Amino acid sequence: MVTLKKSLNLLAAVIFTASSVFSYAQTNAQSNEGNLSKAEQSIEETLEAVEDTEHVVAEKTQKEKVQDHITHHLADDYSFVFFSDEATGKNYGFPLPVILIDNGLKVFMSSEFDYGKKLVEKDGQTYKLYHSKIYKTDAEGTINYDDKHFVTNEKPLDFSITKNVASLMFTTILIIIMFTGLAKTYKNGPNNLPKGFSRALEPMVLYVRDEMAIPNIGKDKYKKFMPYLLSVFFLIFLLNVLGLTPLGFNVTGSISVTACLALFTFFFVHFSANKDYWKHMLWMPGVPVPMKIMLAPIEILGALIKPFSLMVRLFANITAGHSVVFGLIAIIFVMQQELTTGGATAVGFLLSTFLVFLEILVAFLQAFIFTMLSSLFIGMAVAEHDHEEAHH
Amino acid sequence: MEKLINDFSFGLFFWQFIILLVVVFVLGKFAWKPIVNALEAREAGITDALAAAENAKREMANLKADNEKLLAEARAERDALLKEAREIKEQMIADAKVEAEAHGEKLIAQAKAVIESEKAAAVIDLKNQVSSISIEIAERLLKDQLANKEAQSKLVEKMLDEVKLN
Repeated sequence: MVTLKKSLNLLAAVIFTASSVFSYAQTNAQSNEGNLSKAEQSIEETLEAVEDTEHVVAEKTQKEKVQDHITHHLADDYSFVFFSDEATGKNYGFPLPVILIDNGLKVFMSSEFDYGKKLVEKDGQTYKLYHSKIYKTDAEGTINYDDKHFVTNEKPLDFSITKNVASLMFTTILIIIMFTGLAKTYKNGPNNLPKGFSRALEPMVLYVRDEMAIPNIGKDKYKKFMPYLLSVFFLIFLLNVLGLTPLGFNVTGSISVTACLALFTFFFVHFSANKDYWKHMLWMPGVPVPMKIMLAPIEILGALIKPFSLMVRLFANITAGHSVVFGLIAIIFVMQQELTTGGATAVGFLLSTFLVFLEILVAFLQAFIFTMLSSLFIGMAVAEHDHEEAHH
Repeated sequence: MEKLINDFSFGLFFWQFIILLVVVFVLGKFAWKPIVNALEAREAGITDALAAAENAKREMANLKADNEKLLAEARAERDALLKEAREIKEQMIADAKVEAEAHGEKLIAQAKAVIESEKAAAVIDLKNQVSSISIEIAERLLKDQLANKEAQSKLVEKMLDEVKLN
């Protein structure tokens, strides 16, 4: 059963799981540090503002601005902003619809918030857009914090077409156009070869089938899972790639999206699992009874950790990539004085170009790994155990 | 971790869920399944075509071998026929010779028999003539003897000469 290739895949999976944990830990640590240093900075800032040392203040605010930009980019938003002019405070983009369920359906355009500058009052309830999130506030728009600086205001049930949702819909439409086009070429018989752009898609479909589905699930069962694997692969791949364009998507870098994807894999695995899988999970055959009791919780935990690792891996890799690319672009502004304008631009440009190439690889790799592991988990759940007879 | 939980947006999750359902099931019906089936059908077609070509090739080889076998058989048959014909011809010639010889011998024998019988007839005829001549001579002699003795002997002599001439 376990061929060399499969074991290699497993090894790769283990390495990537581990690597994502590290990168996740790093980002987490960084963000914690960032929070701490931010707090320190703000204290220092106020002190220094009192002392009125203008130069230092200017530099600090620029670094802070970069940090704000990155967090703002990584977070979801209620409008699509392509370009913003800070001098005049103007944003160029378009607003998106806000859909709230809070004592009835409330639909309005996000332009009513004017990028957080205005409060919106609907049916006697005031809403405030604060740090890319909508909170319920009192009429004055007061935001309350707990001791860890988290907002304690209540959030309404929010089904808004946010920037991420809009990007997701855009990508879905692209996928639908691309693949119904490809499907159409086969209408006149399977030997009708696709032309144009579809020609590039067919090898990728074959790649998903021959490198992921068939080796992991098996030749007689793979077909049932192809719609899911293809959907996940192309959705993640396209979202990752579009995330590298100046459109500024960060869909796969948001935990809600990866959680949903991982949940789908979890359900696909466990709804298609056969008797053997459940038996191996809950009452491991071939081991003594005390071991069976010991193994069951471990196996159950393993089944839960698998989708969790899928979720965190994709999220962390894409988030880290976007943060670093943004950080490198920010070199141009932050290091302007140390390296002169030209030098800073050159360094920032070179480094971010290099990193974007790396990110293109990561975009493909993460889509590959997610699909690969999904098919591996499905394959484990539907595998027929030939050695089963030996246990009884 | 708290930040992550804080960042979790139920709305985005909901939309992702809906979209993924749409992509998996609706696109599954209209794109993924037709694509996968078509690719499979094409591969099956290619395998079949290759197998058919291989079969055709094998059949061609078989046919060729068959043809050669038939040709060899025909050639052998022709040779056998020719040989038989030659044998028959020789047989016929030999038979004809034997028959001719037998016929010839028969003819010769017949001729001989005819000659013998003719000869016998001739001898008998001769004997009859001789006897009749002798009787005639004797008759004349007797007649002459009865007339003249000298003439008689002269006549006998003369007669004898005649007989000799005859």
